Amino acid sequence: MAVVGFAQAPHVRATEGTTNGVEMLVPVFAELFAETGLTKEDIGFWCSGSSDYLAARAFSFIAAVDAIGAYPPINESHVEMDGAWALYEAWLKIRTGEVDTALVYGFGKSSAGDLRRTLALQLDPYTVAPLWPDSVSIAAMQARLGIDAGLWSERAMAEVAARAHGGDAVDLLGEPYIADPLRRHDCAPITDGASAVILASGERARELRERPAWITGIEHRIDSGSLGARDLTTSPSTAASARAADVDGVEAAELHAPFTHQEILLRQAIGLGDDVSVNPSGGPLTGNPMFAAGLSRIGEAARLLFDGLHGRVLAHATSGPALQQNLVCVMEAR
Amino acid sequence: MPLSAPLRVGFDYTRSLGPVLGHFMTELRARRVVGVRGSDGRVHVPPVEYDPVTAAPLSEFVEVAAEGTVVTWSWMPKPLAGQPFDRPFAWAMVRLDGADTPLLHAVDVADPSAMSIGMRVRIRWAADPIGGITDIACFEPATNPLPTTYPQFAEPSTTPTRPSPQPAGADRLARGRPPGEGGGRAGDVTMVTTPIHLDVVHSVSPEESKYLRALAHGKLLGQRCPKCHKVYIPPRGACPVDGVPTTDEVELPDVGTVTTFCVVNVPFLGQRIKPPYVAAYVLLDGADIAFLHLVLGCAADEVRMGMRVRAVWKPAEDWGTTLENIDHFAPTGEPDAPYETYEGHL
Repeated sequence: MAVVGFAQAPHVRATEGTTNGVEMLVPVFAELFAETGLTKEDIGFWCSGSSDYLAARAFSFIAAVDAIGAYPPINESHVEMDGAWALYEAWLKIRTGEVDTALVYGFGKSSAGDLRRTLALQLDPYTVAPLWPDSVSIAAMQARLGIDAGLWSERAMAEVAARAHGGDAVDLLGEPYIADPLRRHDCAPITDGASAVILASGERARELRERPAWITGIEHRIDSGSLGARDLTTSPSTAASARAADVDGVEAAELHAPFTHQEILLRQAIGLGDDVSVNPSGGPLTGNPMFAAGLSRIGEAARLLFDGLHGRVLAHATSGPALQQNLVCVMEAR
Repeated sequence: MPLSAPLRVGFDYTRSLGPVLGHFMTELRARRVVGVRGSDGRVHVPPVEYDPVTAAPLSEFVEVAAEGTVVTWSWMPKPLAGQPFDRPFAWAMVRLDGADTPLLHAVDVADPSAMSIGMRVRIRWAADPIGGITDIACFEPATNPLPTTYPQFAEPSTTPTRPSPQPAGADRLARGRPPGEGGGRAGDVTMVTTPIHLDVVHSVSPEESKYLRALAHGKLLGQRCPKCHKVYIPPRGACPVDGVPTTDEVELPDVGTVTTFCVVNVPFLGQRIKPPYVAAYVLLDGADIAFLHLVLGCAADEVRMGMRVRAVWKPAEDWGTTLENIDHFAPTGEPDAPYETYEGHL
């Protein structure tokens, strides 16, 4: 099975569109169909990732289905997760042999609400969420743990940001904290966006693309929902996923790290060497549309294979506070 | 520019606690902290119902101290709504003495320079504990002078049940509410109520914005799909058949046909009309999709499929960018529309 197409909406701070994602998705689907020569009738299975909490309305993903033009009825599913997990479901669906193509999409309009507060609602509802700890503050506590343990430094974090944005790490260290020890450059921007990927099985993939991105391993794992029970300086679920997906020999990695220290943490957890190119697309620090950014990592990594830039690549997606749940997808050209 | 409007969505989540969290909250109300011993011997605070590694159910409670050590922290210069303070404070993970896992909470210090990993802190209890995580108002440096008095509190079994007060300052958080009934000993905390409110700004699509602006002038504006030529009201960002935005504008009359309907007999929260009344799908002449509205002006049992109806508008001075400008639809008295004219819209 292979990724044969990828498209995404522009990363913007705030769209004028609805929280249903329709306005972002219509052009993304059109681009994918133009790129692959497929039409909506050719797609065997549709799967999306989005969140009603982010959209602040019930069944927002049903409204998004309008973007497909879902008549006659389509074979469709949804996960209340990043689109990367929708891709995992589509991968399973194709493996059943029931269909040979799938279109996977994710979308989120973070600008409609206060993202830091909305994300507090994914925390333990009994002992944590009633305090409304926000996503940036939790990441900041994780960053400090690693700094204290000598696993990374504010300087190393600034260097990650400088590589993503341009600029000089020393200058960045002169900026004020927004959540000590995190500065603005350590945090992914709040972004509205959508992305979509087409998967196809063996023969179909070869028809559709000269250099498909063949999936050789895709795995996801989750760590405890109890923040205090986790070792936040590493990511056991990422490490386990990477072992299961067999990441040996990858030349580039798209890592879904919404915070600079998390990129370093993930490199360490996966065991990526210095020779592995990390986030050549710019990564989430240059655009982090909720529920699409993980799927975009898979698309961006696949694109490296489409374009013949690499032979074996890794994509990572995350969800939950402080990298709680993680997915690793390894792809190669053949 | 598309139209937009703020919306506050909210719900008071009421959750039953079960034996582990129920005991934790009951003890908190008595200003004690208990953890639970995990499969590996670690003491988890807050307690977890199942071991994070082995998933074994846990039940061995261990009382821990109200004082502990900061494991990590971050600084919150501009607190968000609902957080423990509305002035700058620190978030911290605090390992209480006797516990092996840290608890996330706020530390009340004036400045980040007062914070450090390893610093000793202790619980500042809420004045009026009722069985929720916010019974811990916050932590404070252990070097602070001890409070001279806490309000008297009774043992859980004799603590009177009372409604959740509206707290102020550090106490303005969602509070647990002791229930009137449930498992465990009489008076144990078995439920926790957490009000959740999110503020959002909803935008409507460019197509819907034109429709809503036209309504403010008393006009019903639909749009035609450029592919299937169907007329949608409201117009849509994507034709649900073809997945393309609707384009050509079509002004529609305020007369149409009832395709299907129901008689509302059941009262519900927020109901504006006394039952029985009729909610009906009205297919405007020239439209290819029906919308939901009220049919009044006749007895509920006289409404029927195919009935011809006309909009009854509110006074023009009350119009806004909303379909509520039409107060309801009323029968025109014309003969009913033949079934074939609307059978494709059922």
